Amino acid sequence: MSDTLVRIDDLKVHFPIKSGLLFDRTVGYVYAVDGVSLTVRRGETYGLVGESGCGKSTLGRGLLRLVEPTSGAITFDGTDVRSLKGEQMRLFRRRIQMVFQDPMSSLDPRQSVESLLVEGLKAHGLHKNKAEAQKRLRSTLDSVGLPASALSKYPHEFSGGQRQRIGIARALVLGPELIVADEPVSALDVSIQAQVVNLLGDLQESLGLTYLVIAHDLAVVRHISDTIGVMYLGALVEEADGDQLYERPLHPYTRALLSAVPIPDPRVEDRRERILLAGDLPSPANPPSGCRFRTRCPWSQTRCAEERPELRVFDDSGQRVACHFAEDILSGELRPHEVHAQLVRPDAGHTPDVGNELIVTRTDLPAP
Amino acid sequence: MPLLDVRDLSVVFQRKGTAPVKAVDGVSFTVEPGQTVGLVGESGCGKSVTSLAIMGLLPRRGNKVTGEVMFEETDLLTLRPQELRDRRGRDIGMIFQDPLSSLNPVIPLGVQVAEVLERHQGRTRQAALKQARELLDAVGIPDPARRLKEFPHQLSGGMRQRALIAIALACKPRLLIADEPTTALDVTIQAQILTLLKELVDDSGTALVMITHDLGVVAGLCDTVNVLYAGKVVERAGRHQLFREPRHPYTDGLLQSVPRLDVDRGGRLHQIRGSVSDNIPWPEGCAFAPRCDRVIDDCIGDTVPLEPTRAGALRCTNPVPREVPV
Ligand SMILES: Nc1ncnc2c1ncn2[C@@H]1O[C@H](COP(=O)(O)OP(=O)(O)OP(=O)(O)O)[C@@H](O)[C@H]1O
Ligand SMILES: Nc1ncnc2c1ncn2[C@@H]1O[C@H](COP(=O)(O)OP(=O)(O)OP(=O)(O)O)[C@@H](O)[C@H]1O
Ligand code: SF4
Ligand SMILES: [Mg+2]
Ligand SMILES: [Mg+2]
Repeated sequence: MSDTLVRIDDLKVHFPIKSGLLFDRTVGYVYAVDGVSLTVRRGETYGLVGESGCGKSTLGRGLLRLVEPTSGAITFDGTDVRSLKGEQMRLFRRRIQMVFQDPMSSLDPRQSVESLLVEGLKAHGLHKNKAEAQKRLRSTLDSVGLPASALSKYPHEFSGGQRQRIGIARALVLGPELIVADEPVSALDVSIQAQVVNLLGDLQESLGLTYLVIAHDLAVVRHISDTIGVMYLGALVEEADGDQLYERPLHPYTRALLSAVPIPDPRVEDRRERILLAGDLPSPANPPSGCRFRTRCPWSQTRCAEERPELRVFDDSGQRVACHFAEDILSGELRPHEVHAQLVRPDAGHTPDVGNELIVTRTDLPAP
Repeated sequence: MPLLDVRDLSVVFQRKGTAPVKAVDGVSFTVEPGQTVGLVGESGCGKSVTSLAIMGLLPRRGNKVTGEVMFEETDLLTLRPQELRDRRGRDIGMIFQDPLSSLNPVIPLGVQVAEVLERHQGRTRQAALKQARELLDAVGIPDPARRLKEFPHQLSGGMRQRALIAIALACKPRLLIADEPTTALDVTIQAQILTLLKELVDDSGTALVMITHDLGVVAGLCDTVNVLYAGKVVERAGRHQLFREPRHPYTDGLLQSVPRLDVDRGGRLHQIRGSVSDNIPWPEGCAFAPRCDRVIDDCIGDTVPLEPTRAGALRCTNPVPREVPV
């Protein structure tokens, strides 16, 4: 059995931007995921971090082919996932399960917990007989720390943390090998977050699961991950094991990200140096040329606008970084300079409804 | 004399046919001029309702507010709506989590900033617009002259929050209330906004009430911290004291349960058992008792009072012992 469970090669997911009333003309693309390569080892937790809109969820969904990738290769346990068709794909899906951020919105409020779980079993042909299924449901609930009496209840009867346990149970009951958890704790209060983080850890240990955890909270990701990948605007900019990433961040974006995370200790906070980034994340529909980070990078040089840095292995530690000047920045040879904020327009997708209404109905207002 | 003195503030929501909900239960705290005071606690503990009650922004019907909110000599709770509106914006500014809901979507940004200056400082439109441009510049919005004519939806979340800060600070209020001002933002944008806020209040001497669920934000920003649980203040202390030596089991548990970026990947996180919603309506006695590791008989039944301590205040019958110096 090979050590690698998932291999993603130069994966791209581009969403067409349509326009026109009569003709569905494609006027551009959102480069949500734009050339990501990574491997996840069996039994490890791979954490993906990055800011809102950088393509984390799209990468996770592309891996399961919940959105069809534009190009690139996905290999899961030796199987070429992108070539699977129909029934094959359906059977394959059982092996990778997803856990979502908001347990309430991903659970059908009219279904009891039992019917939610049974539904999954049936869909994957795992519902052989009732007694056996019941046994399976009970042991799954037990493993996520819920009593068997939960079976007859409905999602709204549970607290946020308990609902997330149900979300995890729904994934677990199918006996997956990989769990893709998209922001599994970010909707939860701190005291409940710890319960769910611990639960995920316990389950990994007892069931030998592999996790791809997607989250924007770097402290949570560092706690649970063996390997961390940092994404910026559709691409990985750095990858390392958690301690290494914290001890020696190489990419300017990782440095800024690490320095921005508040630490609940006044003694540390008072002594911290922050690298404040100018401006906002550029739109993934219109990414900068060359290095995507260059518009906000305090170390950027002319070359950064001309040539896109590849994600390369930096040294024997295996740490990977996508920056032309990582060595010079690390040694201090290259000094940071001032950056002026560039104005970034919010994406159409992020425009509030009222804004859209206005644009359509009021010609006296300027277009966005 | 404190700038703001909130005394025994309670808010009860009541709708016909439903049991009354006591969202805020006897909250007291003070804010000295120029001081930054934190209100921290988890979702539903009453942070926002407290701030809305202070500002007189709760809906007119369906709730009952009791207690006193002294702003210098005046009890804000006794003011008529018009007087209160004058105070807001002039003496007290506010910033909310979602800047879009507090900005008017159909009015250009410049006009929104200018209107505050016209209303409270009697500026002409032209003078106000000029000052508005300076304000947008001061909060770090690029090319402010052009931004004046733009609408809120044309700006990113971080830029909108900057605009809101410009509006809140336009009249140099003595108090600023910020309710989760960075919760909806990415962490690098949060760092920008918090740095900006800190600079602005330091420079102008404005007092700040910072409402957040993020202990990290509090650690870097607040002079004094009030920890809320189930509508009550359970602990108050200076930030160094609170983080070094939390006395309330809830504060202590909370601090231990957050994963820290600067600490090596450990094994399991400390966890507080159960959840807040396991026990609504909040029980008599200590509301934290059902989840507390240190619970004793005295915690159940009688109300546990908030008692002054050397560090601040504490509402607990069996607090975490002080570390004894060796
Ligand atoms: N179905 C879709 N059609 C068009 N664009 C999309 C679609 N799904 C995502 N996008 C866009 O792709 C980009 C990446 O989105 P994605 O949801 O992957 O980001 P994310 O990193 O998960 O962000 P968040 O932290 O906010 O969840 C965004 O600009 C988003 O608007
Ligand atoms: N208009 C209302 N009517 C009835 N109950 C309300 C109303 N507004 C708030 N509540 C209740 O009051 C309690 C406190 O709410 P509040 O919004 O102050 O919490 P919070 O501490 O700000 O939480 P969060 O961190 O989620 O913002 C909650 O239980 C909430 O359901
Ligand atoms: S490649 Fe250039 S712009 Fe990109 S991170 Fe490195 S120095 Fe900055
Ligand atoms: Mg996402
Ligand atoms: Mg709130």
